[in-house]
Amino acid sequence: MSAGPTNAGRTSAGRPGAGPAPGPVAGHPVARRDFVEVVLGFARTLRHAGVPAGPDRVQAMLTALGHLDVLDPNQVYWAGRLTLCGDPADLDRYDAAFALYFGGRRPAAGRTATDPPPMLRPAPYEPDTAGEQQQDEDSPAFAVHASRHELLRHKDVGALSPGEREQLQRLFALLAPRASGRRSQRYTAAPRGRVDLHRTVRRMLAQGGEPAELARRRRLRKPRRLVLLVDVSGSMAPYADWLLRFGHAAVRRAPFGTEVFTVGTRLTRVTRELRLRDPDEALAAAGRAVPDWRGGTRLGDTLKAFLDRWGQRGVARGAVVVLCSDGWERGDPAELGSQLARLARLAHAVVWVNPHKGKDGFAPVTGGMVAALPHIDSLVAGHSFAALAELVEVIADA
Amino acid sequence: MAPVDPQTLDPASLGHALEQAGYLPDEGLSTAAFLALRMHRPLFLEGDAGVGKTSLAHALAEVTGADLVRLQCYEGIDASQALYDWDFPRQVLHLRATEAAGGGGYHDARELEHSLYDRRFLIARPILRALEHSPSVLLIDEIDRADDEFEAFLLEVLADNAVSIPELGTIRAETPPLVVLTSNRTREVHDALKRRCLYHWVAHPSYEREVAILRRRLPEVSERLAREVAAAVRRMREADLLKPPGVAESIDWAQALHLLGADSLDAERAAATLGAVLKYQEDAVRIRDTVLAELAG
Repeated sequence: MSAGPTNAGRTSAGRPGAGPAPGPVAGHPVARRDFVEVVLGFARTLRHAGVPAGPDRVQAMLTALGHLDVLDPNQVYWAGRLTLCGDPADLDRYDAAFALYFGGRRPAAGRTATDPPPMLRPAPYEPDTAGEQQQDEDSPAFAVHASRHELLRHKDVGALSPGEREQLQRLFALLAPRASGRRSQRYTAAPRGRVDLHRTVRRMLAQGGEPAELARRRRLRKPRRLVLLVDVSGSMAPYADWLLRFGHAAVRRAPFGTEVFTVGTRLTRVTRELRLRDPDEALAAAGRAVPDWRGGTRLGDTLKAFLDRWGQRGVARGAVVVLCSDGWERGDPAELGSQLARLARLAHAVVWVNPHKGKDGFAPVTGGMVAALPHIDSLVAGHSFAALAELVEVIADA
Repeated sequence: MAPVDPQTLDPASLGHALEQAGYLPDEGLSTAAFLALRMHRPLFLEGDAGVGKTSLAHALAEVTGADLVRLQCYEGIDASQALYDWDFPRQVLHLRATEAAGGGGYHDARELEHSLYDRRFLIARPILRALEHSPSVLLIDEIDRADDEFEAFLLEVLADNAVSIPELGTIRAETPPLVVLTSNRTREVHDALKRRCLYHWVAHPSYEREVAILRRRLPEVSERLAREVAAAVRRMREADLLKPPGVAESIDWAQALHLLGADSLDAERAAATLGAVLKYQEDAVRIRDTVLAELAG
C-alpha cells in the first residue's frame, strides 16, 4: 500500500522518453511541477483511497499520458482510469481521489471511499491459565490441556475470555472449508473411461502409425464455488468476527473459488481483503471495508443486491451458498423469502448458519427464519469451533 | 473506407472513425481504444451483457482494416482449442502414404519424422491465427467463462505476442494483434491478467446516445419510435429488474416494433413485443404494471 521512495525511483526511471512538456495539469495550483511527480502523488492518493494501483499500473499511466494531452483534464482522467483501475469497485474511489487531487473536477458519483474508522479490533493478547502449565509437562497436565482444548472447541464463541479468543484464533488455521466437486468440462487421462482419440492417435504416430493401445479419459471433478454471506448487524456482533475468520480460512483454501460478502444494511464484498495471508490483517482490512458494522439488518434488500450485482451473473450459479445470520429481519420477511427462493433456484445448495441454533430451546421462529426455511437445504449452528468444523463437512457434502 | 493510421490518430478522430463504422463510442471508450492501439496493450472490457463490448471489437477491426479473429471462451477451453493442434489423422495418413510409395524420397527416418511436423499439419486455432495474420484484431470473448488455468496460459501468449511450438519453433506476430478481452463478470479475473490490460467499464449509453445508436443501426425506424423506445428502456433500467435490458435488447425491441408497423410506442404493440426486451417473467409483469400501464394512459 505504501508508496515508498523505491517505487518512485523505479517508476520515474521507466518514464517514457517521448513525454510531453512538463507542466501542471490544468487547475493545479503548483506551477511547473514535473508531471511524473504529479502522477506519482496522485497514485499515492489513490492507494490511500483503497485502489491497489501498483508501480506497473502507474508506469502504464505515464505511458498512456505520453500519448495524450497532459493539459487536458479529461484525457488525464481517462489515462488514469483506464490504467490504474481494475475493478468496478475502484471506479468510485478513483473519481473521488481524482476530484481530491486535481481539484473540483468530476466529483464522486456515489459514496466516497475514504477510510472509515477500523471497526474490527484484534483480540488483546492476555496469557491466561493455559500458559501456567508450562512448568510441569507430565501427562496429567497434558490431559488437562487436552480437555481444556476440547471444552474450548464446544464453547460459544460469543462468550470467550481474551485468552481463549487468542487460542481459538490459532485453531482456526486448522479449518479448510471447501465445497464439494462437480463434473467439469475438462478431461483427464484415466485408466478406464471413454476413448481419448487425441492421445490414441498420438501414440499411434509415435509407433510409426501402427495401431496402439487405446488411451482413455474421464471428466475432471472441480470444486464448486463457495459463497459466504456474513451478517454483520448488531445482533450478530459476537459471531461476525469468527464467521469472517471462517471466511478467511475458506479464501486461503481456494482463493479464486471463494467469495465472501458481508450483509446487514448493505452489501460489501470482502473477498479481496480476506486474501491477505495473515488472519488479523485480513480481518482489519475487512473491517475498514465494511461500512455497516453493527448496524441493522435488512437481509431481504441486501440479498437482493447480492443477487442483482453478483449472484445472477454467475457467482451464485451452481455454488454452495452459506448465509450466516440469526434471522432477525427488520425489513419485510416476505421479501427475504422471495429473494431466498431466487437464490435457491440459482445455487446448488443453500446452507443457513444460525449461531442460536446451538442454544437450548432454539426454534426457528424469527420472522426471517420462518420465511427462509422452505428455501434452504440445511440449517446448522455456527456458535462454536466444533459447530464450524461441522459446517466444513456440511459444505463439503452439499 | 481507408483504415486509420494509429500514428497520426487522436482519441477524438478514432471516435469519429468508429462512428463511421456504425459504432457510437463515448469519450472513455474512444480514449481506451486509442490507447490500446498506441500502447499495444490489450483492452479489457467489462460491463453488463448487451452494452456493446463485442461489437466494439468488430468496429475496431473495420476501422483499422484488420481481420477479426474471435475466440469464444467456455469452461474447459485449453491450448489445443485456443492456440494450435496437430492434425494427427493427416499425419498418420502422410506416414502411410509415404510407406506405400516406398519411402517417398526421404533419406532416413529422421527426415521422415521431421516431415511429419510440418506447418501444413498444424491446425491454427484463433490465437495462432491472429498472430499469423497481421494486422488483426483478436477478440477473446467472455474470458470469465474460461477457467483460471486458461488465464495463466493467456498471460504468457499476450506477454510476448508469440507462440512457441516445440516441434516447429516460435511463431511471432509481425505486428502484434490488437487484443480485446470481454467479461460479463460471472467471476473475477486474476489481477495479473488485468494489470497487463487497459481496463474499461462499459456502462449503458446515455439517452441521447442510445437514440443515436438506434437511428444508426435501424435507419428504417422512425425518429419518434427510436426516442420513445430509448426513453422506455431507460425507465426499465431504473426499475430495478432482474435483468435490465442492454443496447442489444433495445435494438431488438425497436426492430420488432417496426416490423409490426409501429411509428410510435403504443401500449398494445409494446405488450406484444415485450419478450424482445425483457427476459424474465417477473420483469415483464412489473413493467406491464408500470411503464406499459402509463403508456396506455
